[in-house]
Amino acid sequence: MSTHAHTATHPAKPLGIDPPGTVHATHDHHELGFIRKYVFSTDHKVIGLQFLFTGLLMLLFGGLMAMAIRWQLAYPWTEMPVLGRLLFPETGGVTTPEGYTMLFTMHGTLMIFFVIIPLLTGTFGNFLIPLMIGAPDMAFPRLNMMGYWFWWPGIACILLSFGAEGGGPAAGWTSYPPLSTIEAAAPGSQWGQNLWLLSLTFVGVSSMMGAINYVTTIVKMRAPGMTFFRMPLSVWALMVAALLQLFALPVLTAATFMQLFDRVFDAGFFTPTGVIINGTSPETLGNAAGGHPLLWQHLFWFYSHPAVYILVVPAMGFVSDILAVHARKPIFGYKPMVYSIAGIAGLGFIVWGHHMFMSGMNPAVGLVFMTATIMIALPSAVKVFNWLGTLWGARIHLTSAMLFALAFVSMFIIGGLSGIWMASTPVDIYIHDTYIIVAHFHYVVFAGSMMAIFAAIYHWFPKMFGRLMNETLGKIHFVGTFITLNGVFYMMHQLGLAGLMRRTADPYAYETYAHLQPINQFISWCAFALLAWQVFFVVNFFGSMFFGKRAGRNPWNACSVEWESPSPPGHGNFDKQLAVHHGPYEYGVPDASRDFVAQTQRAPGLHAHA
Amino acid sequence: MKHFLLRVLATLLFLAVPVLGVWTFVKADDWGLWFPPIASSYGASIDFLFYVILWMVTVTFIGTEMLLVWFVFRYSKKDATRATYTHGNHTLEMVWTAIPALLLIFVAFSQMKAWTTVKINFPTDGPYTVEKPLMEVYASQFDWRVRYPDPQGDFAGADVIEVPYDITVPANTKVVFRLKSRDVLHSFFVPVFRLKQDAVPGMEIPMWFEATTPGDYDLICAELCGWGHYKMAGKIHVLPRDEFERWLADQRASLYATD
Repeated sequence: MSTHAHTATHPAKPLGIDPPGTVHATHDHHELGFIRKYVFSTDHKVIGLQFLFTGLLMLLFGGLMAMAIRWQLAYPWTEMPVLGRLLFPETGGVTTPEGYTMLFTMHGTLMIFFVIIPLLTGTFGNFLIPLMIGAPDMAFPRLNMMGYWFWWPGIACILLSFGAEGGGPAAGWTSYPPLSTIEAAAPGSQWGQNLWLLSLTFVGVSSMMGAINYVTTIVKMRAPGMTFFRMPLSVWALMVAALLQLFALPVLTAATFMQLFDRVFDAGFFTPTGVIINGTSPETLGNAAGGHPLLWQHLFWFYSHPAVYILVVPAMGFVSDILAVHARKPIFGYKPMVYSIAGIAGLGFIVWGHHMFMSGMNPAVGLVFMTATIMIALPSAVKVFNWLGTLWGARIHLTSAMLFALAFVSMFIIGGLSGIWMASTPVDIYIHDTYIIVAHFHYVVFAGSMMAIFAAIYHWFPKMFGRLMNETLGKIHFVGTFITLNGVFYMMHQLGLAGLMRRTADPYAYETYAHLQPINQFISWCAFALLAWQVFFVVNFFGSMFFGKRAGRNPWNACSVEWESPSPPGHGNFDKQLAVHHGPYEYGVPDASRDFVAQTQRAPGLHAHA
Repeated sequence: MKHFLLRVLATLLFLAVPVLGVWTFVKADDWGLWFPPIASSYGASIDFLFYVILWMVTVTFIGTEMLLVWFVFRYSKKDATRATYTHGNHTLEMVWTAIPALLLIFVAFSQMKAWTTVKINFPTDGPYTVEKPLMEVYASQFDWRVRYPDPQGDFAGADVIEVPYDITVPANTKVVFRLKSRDVLHSFFVPVFRLKQDAVPGMEIPMWFEATTPGDYDLICAELCGWGHYKMAGKIHVLPRDEFERWLADQRASLYATD
């Protein structure tokens, strides 16, 4: 597979830090003990896999929370099978009202901070960036290791908070004060909330270390000839996501500390004067006042809206790469794809106010945020058109990876289009915080990003473990997942239009919602089936790791550089000198001997990318 | 044969998205999964904007999804020839950037009037204004409370009428009121009015509506406010103008009677 002769005689470019793409790293390799090799490893590939295994475990926890939520919405205040006795032993397995608020708080927190962000940036950022740009490792391997291990105190805090006095945090994943800052306001606002804040701080520090590493590695360690505009779109997307984290995370960290100070030292950043809870004024209880609840919302969303793009931008990059490889066709409009990612990220910093249209923020400001938010549909649309352009005239191989990547495109269209309603301030008056919002962000984050993560696992599994995943099981996994996920999320649009509010433990007490229970039962059963169906993935994932077909270096006949390394790559990644001669999407090249020309293959007269 | 079945299966799955997707929206009204009736003067203008966007996204949705379906079916044939070798098309990029951009700018500007009507330009011509509101609505864990001022318009006086859960208002009158919270965030949501606003402790937020149809309507808390959030229900009673005046007079009378 790797026999194409390249006549690279480039002298090593002085790129600083580490000579990139060099061979010496492999020879420096000396046998490390088990602990240094698999636990406290500085190897970006091992760290990537650590994020993968931990993230998938957290996905199971977050998924179980979702099932508990769905049981309550289908059959409120009845004994929950299986999970009930674990979560609510004191009531014999019946969800309690405060337990329900804890469930959706934990579901959101786990899925965002412990599943999707770590799987996209922690797993694939670590695994792919050095391999795709032809570097032997990250720029700062020790910092990288620390990034993974700083995640664990975060996990410990969030898991411990389940057992905190008063119960787990219960103010939503957005933790709006004063509900989150005043202990008397909610049972979960005791130690559970402190642990939630500490957890997010650790996760933030962990992400920060990763982001610094990704940007430095991409800027300084590209192989000779790997110009910015010859990088695969996955690398572009991961770099943009890392920049978003670098600029937005400090604000979240500051905000979580402010809230912690409010709670522990009565700092009063977010608690207004004159609040009376349970007949007692917190001021008399020693809480300082004079703050403003909207300040938290601004700070929180200044981070969390860009974070929403961190949740999807890398997925867009992976899907672009997977589509091109399995469609055997160059990506359509490479540069527009790069610019649109940058556009989404740039606009992403000035749209946070659309979460606050109903918050009491000056309504005139809402008009500005509305316009910026509506315009963000533009780069998103450009991306969809270019993916369709890529498929036009292609030679599509319907592999499991390709099916999941196509699912991303199909589902992202839904999640993207429904966003226009939310951007419109007048329409948002009605639909704000209804189930149409729940439908919208699950179409983007679950039906979109999670499908892209599945696609990426099927696609890069052979590079990770040296073996291919089973295609039959993969296709069974795809069909069941695709059907059930739409069963779960599609009708939530209509529930939202009927006015159903999110975060409501028992909606049917309202006359307006009384008739919505049957449709919620349908959704819940689809959700249970969706979780059960993942057994095909679990079996395939672990089975293929040991018994899968040996992959070889380049099982998909892909152009990009990661496929030049052995599968799995050893320490130092590459066993030969790399030189890059053109872009990563040379598929279906008319006069070449095969239907693709690898990036390291010299091909004079090839369409040149910059 | 196996390959052909896979192609058909994939095509049908992706085809189901636009087909079932549109079908459920068409049928939603029959299933009771559509907007509740409108009972406010500006409700129709909000629904109208929803429908404008609905038509735009439906056309885009069907167009893009059907292209995807067609490409998946057409280009997944076993074919020894190579894919069309192209890296893109500058004119196409310009077209599919410029047209959506113009449409989106149109969408953005077309929203502004309705928003201004509901949230910025408060009525000045009716019996109630921002300075002289009909009532104050207080939210607290986990109930709603309404306070009507004394005849001089003073909310601090002794003759203030306070009622829990039930908010009574006159029909066909521009009702201006203030929204407050005693403790945490809440949100005042009346689906039939198409009206929602968070209640924020420390803030007095002006709001208004003109109810068009007398009746009893659900008032729902739409912002997480603690364990009892799900049961923080209220009722809006819209009475014809003269009945409302009589009701208010009765309230005042009973206030003096109990004193």
